[in-house]
Amino acid sequence: MQLQPDDNGHFGIYGGRYIAETLMPILIEVDKAYKEACEDSSFNAEFQHYLKDYVGRPSSLYLADRLTEAWGGAKVYLKREDLNHTGAHKINNTIGQVLLARRMGKKKLMAETGAGQHGVATATVAALFGMECDVYMGEEDIVRQAPNVKRMELLGTKVVPVSSGTKTLKDAMSEALRAWVAEAETTFYVIGSVAGPHPYPVMVRDFQAVIGIETREQIMDVEGVLPQMIIACVGGGSNAAGIFYPFIEDKKVLLVGVEAAGYGIETGQHAASIVAGDVGILHGSKTYVLQNDDGQIQNAHSISAGLDYPGVGPQHAQWADEGRVEYCAVTDDEALASFHELTRLEGIIPALESSHAIAEAKKRAAGMDSDSVIVVNLSGRGDKDVDAILDFES
Amino acid sequence: MGVLHIVGFGVFFVVGSLFIMNRIDKKFKELKDAGRKGFVGYLTVGDPDIAVSEQNIRTAIEGGVDILELGVPFSDPTADGPTIQAASQRALAAGMSVSGVLDMVRRIRADYDVPIVLFGYANPLFRYGYEKVCADALAAGADGMLIVNLPHEESGALTPHLDKQGMYFISLVAPTTSKERARTILAGAKGFVYYIMVTGVTGARVEVAVDIVGHVSDLRDCTDLPIAVGFGVSNGAQARKAAESADAVVVGSALIKAAQAGTLDTLVAEIRTALDS
Repeated sequence: MQLQPDDNGHFGIYGGRYIAETLMPILIEVDKAYKEACEDSSFNAEFQHYLKDYVGRPSSLYLADRLTEAWGGAKVYLKREDLNHTGAHKINNTIGQVLLARRMGKKKLMAETGAGQHGVATATVAALFGMECDVYMGEEDIVRQAPNVKRMELLGTKVVPVSSGTKTLKDAMSEALRAWVAEAETTFYVIGSVAGPHPYPVMVRDFQAVIGIETREQIMDVEGVLPQMIIACVGGGSNAAGIFYPFIEDKKVLLVGVEAAGYGIETGQHAASIVAGDVGILHGSKTYVLQNDDGQIQNAHSISAGLDYPGVGPQHAQWADEGRVEYCAVTDDEALASFHELTRLEGIIPALESSHAIAEAKKRAAGMDSDSVIVVNLSGRGDKDVDAILDFES
Repeated sequence: MGVLHIVGFGVFFVVGSLFIMNRIDKKFKELKDAGRKGFVGYLTVGDPDIAVSEQNIRTAIEGGVDILELGVPFSDPTADGPTIQAASQRALAAGMSVSGVLDMVRRIRADYDVPIVLFGYANPLFRYGYEKVCADALAAGADGMLIVNLPHEESGALTPHLDKQGMYFISLVAPTTSKERARTILAGAKGFVYYIMVTGVTGARVEVAVDIVGHVSDLRDCTDLPIAVGFGVSNGAQARKAAESADAVVVGSALIKAAQAGTLDTLVAEIRTALDS
């Protein structure tokens, strides 16, 4: 099994840097700076300091008793990334990237965002370090994730509306790449998922791996054994990569990635790039993408803005081909039902993205015996989704 | 008989490739001999529909475009500004596809000897199949490909198939490219070098970047190929300035805008005149 990509960022046939020549030297510079930072213990010390004292890590691993009882099978633990500062796993990565940006002497940050969680997490670190920040966000997402737009603005970030194409995450990322070309000398592009050109898929995975590293320690403390199963939702796939990666070589741990089936895979209105897509090239890497027969990228659909993306991180594509991670998909309705179930049974309002992982856990838990253990990555909290859900259900 | 057949084919192939010069090389040789600057014109195929697009392409050639860059529309053109983005969207909405582009090349080739470079993004060609698209593009009459998001490090999957057909992979060099990197990129480059004059996306700009002369002169140290400069050139004056040190100038977004306004022939004539004066 290949854990690290080759020098040009390839995970097998996936990954790479499919990007205009103008950005190539910039990406090579980011890669070099990241490698040097990894060798520098002071960089890691600084990263750990902010994770602990600013983000509030470690996040707890919580045994969801009532959920376990209701589902009548495996013990269900929730890795509480929703308890992080800013309410999702996204901040782990933005802390890492802003520290790298500072090392590289960059004065400004920029980011794309779908649900707004990554945008808020980037705006937060920009405020923390007194840096200017632009966040590109699709006009449709600006409407469905309005509270996060306000948060970013309060933090001093400029939210740049993207009106091209689907007006969602895909076009926000395209527009961010276009803007970056013009200001790459001074600006660090903080990509929010394990997607995009090398070195982002590796770098974001490494910054998010803290989730899996903590989970391993915590589950060993309380259960004394590794879990049978770990479940996480997959849009671009950063929370999943973060919790899976430290368990990749533990073959006995079944890793399950849950994509968004939207209205149902058979309707074609979904965001399940691995389950129902084909190999293609989008936003700097070769991976599974939703496309038509002519290689045009198709619009994704998910009730969850954070999963509403027609591609996926290249290492996930490789894990899928190798069979190391099992990928499946959950519909909008199933995710919504799980959103309510977790809210009512545990008093935890999950993000719609994370609700996909909960829905898959429910399907799996019932068939497992009561001393087996499932860990679900509860990647974010659902406050941002409350208005959209009320609208949707009214 | 099988062996004889293969040998015979091999001899034919070798002889054939000795005598058939790529139209791009031929054109630059002609330009050099005549002491003229080249005019590379870009249009997105299928914008706003097949018939009008074909007429625009013919207008551009008749007006004196030396090398034609035909844009293969893509849904997510991350290196293009608003003009080419919109042109791509119009073309896709009108049903344009890779095979539709090849059909257009075939029709243009039936009437003109102008070198044709397919210009686009990797995914539609990858999906069509690199080997098949190179064979079909040659058959249609194309001479090269310029794939914006296929930098040197990723080009190895496509170039053997282009080489096999005697077509050229056109290399891009940007202001951010170091001289050392330019040497690596251009070591095996063919046809011409496309120098991107600005750190930004495609699109007309008020001012053309200042230090073209310096950059082009640096590039001359790295390659003997002709150098075309592009990104941001929108009128005769800019074209003339850009051509001072380069061998050719690329105009794209401005041609698309002119075609929309019904003034394509005027703009093409203006640029041609400026380059020849």
